[in-house]
Amino acid sequence: MIAELGLAVLWMAAALAVLQLFAGFSALRPSGKALAGVVRPLAVMQGALVAVSFFCLIDLFLETDLSVKLVAENSHSMKPFIFKLAGTWGNHEGSMLLWVTIMAVSGGVVALVEKRLREDTLLATLAGQAFVSLGFYAFLLLSSNPFERLPEPAPEGAGLNPLLQDIGLAFHPPTLYVGYVGLSVAFSFAIGALITRDVGPAFARAMRPWVLGAWIFLTVGITAGSYWAYYTLGWGGWWFWDPVENASLMPWLAATALLHSASVLASRNALRAWTVMLGVIAFSMSMVGTFLVRSGILTSVHAFAVDPERGSFILALLAIYIGGALALFGIRASTVTEGERFSVFSRESSLVFNNVMLCGILGIVLLGTLYPLLTEAFGAKVSVGPPYFNPVSAIFAIPMMMVMTVGPLLRWRKDKPGRITATVAVPALLAALVLLAVAIMAPGIRVLPMLGIAVGIGLAVASWFPLRGRNLRRTPLSVYGMVFGHFGIAVALLGAAAESAFSTERLAAMNVGDTQAVGPISLKLENIEPVAGPNWTALEATVSASYKGGTPVTLHPQARTFTSPPGERTESALHTRWNGQLYAVLGNEGEDGRWQMRFWWKPFVPLLWLGGLLVAFGGLLALIGRVVHDIKRLRAEDKIAYRKSQQEQLK
Amino acid sequence: MSTNSTGGIKPKHQRLVLLVIALVALVGAGLLAAYALSNQASYFYVPSDLVKDKPEQGRAIRLGGMVEKGSLKTRADGVTIDFIVGDGKARVPVRYTGITPDLFVEGSGVVAEGRMEGETFVADNLLAKHDEKYVPRQMGDMTAAQAKEVVAETK
Repeated sequence: MIAELGLAVLWMAAALAVLQLFAGFSALRPSGKALAGVVRPLAVMQGALVAVSFFCLIDLFLETDLSVKLVAENSHSMKPFIFKLAGTWGNHEGSMLLWVTIMAVSGGVVALVEKRLREDTLLATLAGQAFVSLGFYAFLLLSSNPFERLPEPAPEGAGLNPLLQDIGLAFHPPTLYVGYVGLSVAFSFAIGALITRDVGPAFARAMRPWVLGAWIFLTVGITAGSYWAYYTLGWGGWWFWDPVENASLMPWLAATALLHSASVLASRNALRAWTVMLGVIAFSMSMVGTFLVRSGILTSVHAFAVDPERGSFILALLAIYIGGALALFGIRASTVTEGERFSVFSRESSLVFNNVMLCGILGIVLLGTLYPLLTEAFGAKVSVGPPYFNPVSAIFAIPMMMVMTVGPLLRWRKDKPGRITATVAVPALLAALVLLAVAIMAPGIRVLPMLGIAVGIGLAVASWFPLRGRNLRRTPLSVYGMVFGHFGIAVALLGAAAESAFSTERLAAMNVGDTQAVGPISLKLENIEPVAGPNWTALEATVSASYKGGTPVTLHPQARTFTSPPGERTESALHTRWNGQLYAVLGNEGEDGRWQMRFWWKPFVPLLWLGGLLVAFGGLLALIGRVVHDIKRLRAEDKIAYRKSQQEQLK
Repeated sequence: MSTNSTGGIKPKHQRLVLLVIALVALVGAGLLAAYALSNQASYFYVPSDLVKDKPEQGRAIRLGGMVEKGSLKTRADGVTIDFIVGDGKARVPVRYTGITPDLFVEGSGVVAEGRMEGETFVADNLLAKHDEKYVPRQMGDMTAAQAKEVVAETK
């Protein structure tokens, strides 16, 4: 019953989206003005219906209703509660329903709260949102129905891939999806503004909180995904330049560029066409990512069931939406009038530089990700990894981070280099000193980590300078947001550079009682015992570790064996100190009875994820600052309007 | 008026200048990427290709094939293994130091990432069939391409 309800409600939502599309576009014509009033309620209703449908699917998974195909194929009655819940989106159909849910709900929220935008632009935006949603409704209902029943209920579910049975599954996909799909709002805004030729500061101000919100979720999702891969794969790496990781990085790069160019448009009414273009690109990158991941063109733990028909479907959607939006841009770009001008040495210029560098990195990542697909068409199988991505993206990233230290100190429109030379000299000198110190103290260090440490320290200091000479209490939250965001980038860069430069590794076959050392840490294998969990059994090692002869701590790395479905997974053990992290993995037992153990000492690696969270925190501060500011402004406008009407009445 | 205050750029020209800068940067990125990709992409080999057409020493490549039965030996340090990867036509000795994937066994398929050092392939990483559902893509290709003969000859 629940499954039928979910499906029916989903069809109804799709029907509402059709209505929303037609009502929205008709209302833009003089003859269709009567329809203007129904667009907002339609969008809200659509969002509510899809949410109901998604809750139906969650309920089916929680009850483990094995007559539903999706549940039978992906769940298991013995699975812990949290994985039953998270298993809802740990598969193709469920994750696409989550996608559509976020899309429709965010459209509904736009309809409910957005008051800053011109009414006709808003109608066009909602029509655009409905248009984009429709493609995904069609995809879901025609080729990926999550509510399909089995002719005979299955006796037991097939279970969830062991790699996914982790608390990360509860957080990583939904946050990333909110980010991915949240960008659809920016896309629709861009389309709406192009249709009504309303590209201006008001449009940028309205769009900015939505981009910020999506960007915060993307940042958190990428950070969480990186940490999850780090501790669950047992390879000690945190970023593999896997196509799936790149698929999440590309929208983030585009959204970061969009965020900055939208702030130029909002404050200075410049970079108009550029901002609209980035709005289109950001969500296009989300869709390209989904295509890469879901089409089965790449195989990974993210790909779920491979089905060529679905791949072609998504490819068709991609062509329609990206092609359509770019065509609209091509037609209308010339009518977007030129914005305000600025001098070469100004904050706008530094933001343009940042934008171009971000787009450069985006291009590098996109080409590197697509290259294996291209060569495969010509019969050569290649893979592209860190030797390509690291140095080539650094060529763009390092100059960008250097400009990041200067940009926020510049004035809008026109500035004199002499005004900030003294200020910039401090971090520049510091970076040079650090570079020298690192080169002397760690002679074997590679170029990229060395540059990373120097630029990271310079940026970490310089990112606080915009607060200098300001009354800290009266400084807008959005300025704090920028400071934290930039500081977070520096912190993450330092973590990454330190990890890459100073990690030490120890791989050894050990008997119980043997000792080993990795970096400053001495280790002892105390014992190895079998343990059992709710749906797995494992061998668990007890390792005591002592930092420079201090009080030992114990770690418990495991090798887990899952029963439903059968599978194995190493469960690494981590010990975090303020200055680094110890990482322990239990391997196989050798023929001579010794156990393979692998240890890493990774100095300052937690800074990497701390930095990611700081960036997201900065985004959150900026978002709160913007929203509070906008609410105050709306209230003030209401008050003024009210007083005016009162005065009119008195007259 | 504003023209003078913004450094003498003519009204119509600023947009053009920005466009040119952006295009130059993007084309530069594209050329750079194309150049780096042609140097850094790691190619996929099966043993017979590797023997026929030797890649340069030290270049990152991947090798896919079947782990020959009876060839797997662990060295005295307990973590370094030697084995032979074959495809029925040629055989390549492989050395790997590390923890092997769970389903890495003799007689099954493997993809090794690494480089040639002398006549030995030194692997940094091994990918084995994880379970029925999650097969490394290259291995899927390999079994399709070399198909049954490989399996038939190694079984």
